[in-house]
Amino acid sequence: MRPFSYTRASSAAEAARAAAEQPGARFLAGGTNLLDLMKLEIEHPAHVIDIGRLPLGDIAPAEGGLRIGAMATASEVAADARVRRDYPVLAQALLASGSPQLRNKATTGGNLIQRTRCPYFYDTAKPCNKREPGAGCAALGGLGRMSAILGWSEACIATHPSDMAVALSALDAVVETVTPDGGARAIPIDELHRLPGEHPEHETNLRPGELITAVILPPPPKGRQGYRKVRDRAAYAGGLASVAVAGDALALGCVALKPWRARRAEAALKAGAPPLAAADVELADAKGHGGADFKIHLTRRLITAALLERGA
Amino acid sequence: MATPPAGAPSVSIRLTVNGTSRALDLDVRTTLLDALRERLNLKGAKKGCDHGQCGACTVLVNGLRINACLSLAVMHDGDEVTTIEGIGLPDNLAPLQRAFLDRDAFQCGYCTPGQICSAAGLLDEAVRGWPSAATGDLTAPVTLTDAEIRERMSGNICRCSAYPQILDAIRDVAGPAS
Repeated sequence: MRPFSYTRASSAAEAARAAAEQPGARFLAGGTNLLDLMKLEIEHPAHVIDIGRLPLGDIAPAEGGLRIGAMATASEVAADARVRRDYPVLAQALLASGSPQLRNKATTGGNLIQRTRCPYFYDTAKPCNKREPGAGCAALGGLGRMSAILGWSEACIATHPSDMAVALSALDAVVETVTPDGGARAIPIDELHRLPGEHPEHETNLRPGELITAVILPPPPKGRQGYRKVRDRAAYAGGLASVAVAGDALALGCVALKPWRARRAEAALKAGAPPLAAADVELADAKGHGGADFKIHLTRRLITAALLERGA
Repeated sequence: MATPPAGAPSVSIRLTVNGTSRALDLDVRTTLLDALRERLNLKGAKKGCDHGQCGACTVLVNGLRINACLSLAVMHDGDEVTTIEGIGLPDNLAPLQRAFLDRDAFQCGYCTPGQICSAAGLLDEAVRGWPSAATGDLTAPVTLTDAEIRERMSGNICRCSAYPQILDAIRDVAGPAS
């Protein structure tokens, strides 16, 4: 791990201001993703701003829904009685991610901005446009079993690894932030992450120094909710594909560089299409680059199964 | 990383480890695991993968199990840490440690301190009523079925594959599932 200077933030606004003033600074919350990447020297911040003690861990009712503080851990959110009762898709997604030890540490804010698990992003001997813009993408033409099938570009075929964010997408959550000038923003979850385009190094639409303070859940949707995840092991493994259903909303995980809200499928279903046809509409442009071809079929079946379970 | 190299920022912190307050001056990069093993000479928690994948470093911080390898010591200034040495020592074994011996729940033993700390965390999380991926009805009280214990121990790998005996040992302490 390369040397860095360390400070503990006393407020969210101060943390945002400090991060904006020091290029190369990183926020440290639970540390489960950042410290792993710092040990591998994939992340090498010159300055680390510890936000772990900021009082942003509350889960409280808000406008008919729920406001989840950015520092609430995955364990705390999944165990919350209101989440379990009103937003089971979120509890299920959280419980399908990481291990108990990681969930006791990993925070809601950190989960949203965690970085891809693309093996070529982790392999510092290989080129990666995320690590080094312009270097090239070793995943293209590599062993692409984990790679994206939707929304990818020639610069990057990585996926976003979060389960939680997929559930949040289906729930139409809003991400609340503080900006370095002391202001606040409300960002719809689908506008938080970016598709790779020509600049996969820019992963979110957060501005320099901007800090996530909470996630707002709207009132629970009518209809069934559920999260299904397919992975290589039955427990503690990243996903190959996942699907979140919340009422009429449908979102996919591990298929793109952002949680993929399946709006085409939703529209097809609304127009009366059967589940399989709706899945085909969503996946019409999907490409697997060989290694991930199977994920197209897998995702098609996963969408169909989830919709049948919901009662399409 | 026992002594900070010249120029590396150092910090002063205080941890309560197994009930005893300990003051430490550390290179800020020092993980909680390295602070426990290399500075406080508590060698129970093990360094396996050092990336949060194996669970050999599991300790309890403020009562919750975490991977000590994926945490900086400085993040835990003022926290209470329990390692396997705080769970029990050879002349005064805790019920979980006794059960691991009785059930032959290890072979090489390298993962065992982490397994036992993790099991202690598991039992407490079940008392709190926390669900897992194996919980069918998320609104019902938690029952520690075998499937629940296996899922809840999924953050701890055993290279010798003593999993059936580890389940038996935890079952002995947790009591029957019904």
